[in-house]
Amino acid sequence: MQEQLVRLLTLQDANTRTVLLGATLLGVASAVVGCFAVLRRRALVGDAVAHAALPGICIAFFVVGDRNFAAFMIGALVVGVLAAGFVSFVKAATRIKEDAAIALAIGGFFGVGIVLSRIIQNDPSGNRAGLDGFIFGKAASMVSGDAQLIAAVAIVVLMATGLLYKEFKILCFDRDFATSQGWPAMGLDLGLMALVCVCTVVGLPAVGVVLMVSLLVIPAAAARFWTHRLGTMVVLAGIFGGLSGMLGTALSATIPAPASGLSRGWPTGPLITLVAAAFFLISLVAAPRRGIVADVVRRASLRRRVARQNLLRRVYEMLEPGGDLSATWSVGDLGRVRMSGVGGVHGQIRRAVRAGLVEAGPEGFLLSPSGQAAAVRVVRTHRLWEVFLITHAHIAADHVDRDADQIEHFLPAETLAALEAKLVESGRTPLGVPSSPHATLGIGAN
Amino acid sequence: MLMAMLCGSPVVAAGGGLDGASGLIVAGEAPGTVAAELGGVGPRVWFSVSGYQVRDDDLWTVGTAVLCSVACGILGCFLVLRRMSLLGDAISHAILPGLVLAFIVTHSREPLAMLAGALVVGIATAYLSTALNRWGRVPEDAAMGVVFTTLFAVGVVLMTWIPRDVDLDPGCVLYGLIEFTPFDTVRIAGLDIPRAFAWLAVVLVVNAALIWVFFKELKIVCFDPYLATTMGISATLVHYGLMTSVATTAVASFESVGSILVVAMLVAPGATAHLLTDRLSRMVWIAAAVSALSAVAGYALAVWVNTSVAGMIATVALGVFVLTTLFSPRYGFVSKQARHVAMAMRITQEDILGMLYRWHERSEGGTAGGVRPLGAGDIVTATRAGLLGRVALWWLARRGLVREGGGAITATPEGIKRASRIVRGHRLWELFLAKHLALPSDHLHAGAHRAEHFLSDTIQDQLAREDGAEADPHGRPIPPRT
Repeated sequence: MQEQLVRLLTLQDANTRTVLLGATLLGVASAVVGCFAVLRRRALVGDAVAHAALPGICIAFFVVGDRNFAAFMIGALVVGVLAAGFVSFVKAATRIKEDAAIALAIGGFFGVGIVLSRIIQNDPSGNRAGLDGFIFGKAASMVSGDAQLIAAVAIVVLMATGLLYKEFKILCFDRDFATSQGWPAMGLDLGLMALVCVCTVVGLPAVGVVLMVSLLVIPAAAARFWTHRLGTMVVLAGIFGGLSGMLGTALSATIPAPASGLSRGWPTGPLITLVAAAFFLISLVAAPRRGIVADVVRRASLRRRVARQNLLRRVYEMLEPGGDLSATWSVGDLGRVRMSGVGGVHGQIRRAVRAGLVEAGPEGFLLSPSGQAAAVRVVRTHRLWEVFLITHAHIAADHVDRDADQIEHFLPAETLAALEAKLVESGRTPLGVPSSPHATLGIGAN
Repeated sequence: MLMAMLCGSPVVAAGGGLDGASGLIVAGEAPGTVAAELGGVGPRVWFSVSGYQVRDDDLWTVGTAVLCSVACGILGCFLVLRRMSLLGDAISHAILPGLVLAFIVTHSREPLAMLAGALVVGIATAYLSTALNRWGRVPEDAAMGVVFTTLFAVGVVLMTWIPRDVDLDPGCVLYGLIEFTPFDTVRIAGLDIPRAFAWLAVVLVVNAALIWVFFKELKIVCFDPYLATTMGISATLVHYGLMTSVATTAVASFESVGSILVVAMLVAPGATAHLLTDRLSRMVWIAAAVSALSAVAGYALAVWVNTSVAGMIATVALGVFVLTTLFSPRYGFVSKQARHVAMAMRITQEDILGMLYRWHERSEGGTAGGVRPLGAGDIVTATRAGLLGRVALWWLARRGLVREGGGAITATPEGIKRASRIVRGHRLWELFLAKHLALPSDHLHAGAHRAEHFLSDTIQDQLAREDGAEADPHGRPIPPRT
């Protein structure tokens, strides 16, 4: 099997070469167009177009009377564009919203398609070979001529997207701005939809009606996790889409089907979708800023920082009456400190010791010089905000503690400096740590 | 209940065949044919429609279709209003792996296990899409697209493990085999009732009961979720409840009608009803009626053309929606256009009458020497309405308000009477504008020209009372009230 895969991926076989190339280019093209569709919130229009392709293919079959790839494509494209137009018309001309319009196009047009395809099947003279392939997709049954057509169309689509890149960008991010700048937003919208139609229709034989939309949506959604820049997103989505098309096709051609199973091979469309879904899952979990892991890490580190600052402030306020920040204290002195649920007081102190903020002396703990500085900073932030609330927001002194508690961890240095300058200027507070406007807890309180 | 989907019955197996290209069994190659042949085998002929004898089996099938359509249709109203219509689409595709897994785990076509499997995956789809949207910040529609296509792909791939001798068919999932419902019956109260019919009856009753009991909550959440929240009705709870209902209905409806009909029936009747009324209670009733109608008409057409029943019902439902989109009295596209044209027509006619009134006024007031008669061409050009102006003139002549004589158009006495009312409105309004808004005299006409068509007698009288009704700011007499 490995040999087979290597043989396949190194493109030693001419037919495989075309089919793989076709699937790859298809993946790239639909992913690139899909980026704009997803950003424009039109992700599922592709689904409507794909479903509408079935009646289109059937009508083409009625007209041509035979399995003719090009005729099928044209039929599917015409009815697909009709479906996209139906969605736009219903949305613009009635009170029905876009989601309902799309669902209507999916259900209704596919219903028509089933009616027509059943009529074709019931006709004994009809040569219906190839109609089913469109519903579930079978890249391996593509002949090289089909693959060449797909590749050519994909390249045209990519070029069109490249030419209209700037226009699509402005359309996706601020349609009203585009209109105000004199861009034909309506025409651009239609152009984008036309590209979606072309990609969808061309991809049908490889991926099938139901799963075609996955090639548009999944790589784009995956790429979105990695970046905030459209250019990067488009390139990444293209890579994801291309790899999905290539690997999915390669896998379906090489993995032997389970011996007991009914099928003689693995269906291509689902494998392409699953490869794309794997990229999505990896992105969802591991993307540096928007991924789940990054998110969890960020939240955890925030919780730790808040807990550390709470500890330092508690220690400071406990030692404040004695006037000696380097005095020794014990855990019991602290009483209850809010630790935001990170490992309790002992865990928090251990972490502070490791960070060099707290030292373990012979009779208890004491703040290290850097710990003292940090504590001063935290308490100063807290009290500056309290003073600000009292003087500028006219909030009673006994109501400001909790508000300051919430914001003290997030005040940026410039704000602090400005705040202090203002308070000093108005003579409200001396430089350094102001005294607390309300009672603080002493040793062992609470 | 999922017997037909796992096309295991001998009838279906006979029609089934291996589709080598896709590697999937396409069972019931031609259920339409089978149904047409078997449709007439039932025990009793009830009545016949243009030669087609309607038997027990037809009635059961139509009944099943109606139950399913109505169950989906009434739920659909709330999906349309809550903008959740695509959920039906997503769920009905995504439950495939649930069905296959249940089969692989239990090694049987135990209906309850398959129902449970599908239900779990169906509800999971709804929740996963929401989770991706909330926590992954993926746009709502894209999140749905990711989830349901992936699950469907998993389902198709899982099928590869199903032994050769069992026919589990994704085609059935998509198209449904409503034609076979009469062959799988259960005995209830001494009657052989099709299993699907019994199930769908239960589903319909449950859906209707839920809507009836929670109508107030649903209504307020649909129209103003924030108000609902402030009133202590959890919009989130209603949202998830609705999703669960949709999943249950989709799963239960499925086997008989196929996912595509579920998708269509979850949106088309609700959207149709939305275009016909502004009252929620009426909307639910209309949706139910439209669903039932589509089901019956779809079945009849499918038998007539000899094609897929589920597909035809979806087609009819789409057709009904398209007709409603065009011709709904208030929100229909054509109706709206027709209203515009009717309004334009009325305004053009009134303008023509006003023009003729002024012509008569000038010709009688001594300056007649310099006033040449107005031809039809002059009038049409002056209205600047082109064809519409020509039609308006023709229509006025038909109504006996104008007449043509010697190449000149003149107003009849009845026409003058109508026209004087319009000119009265025009001049009263000019007076009002000049007096209260202190507009210069050359700015009065344009405003009055627009307003004259919308001034009722009451308003005219009021204006006359306040500002007097002798002459307009240009010194022309204001006609008396007719």
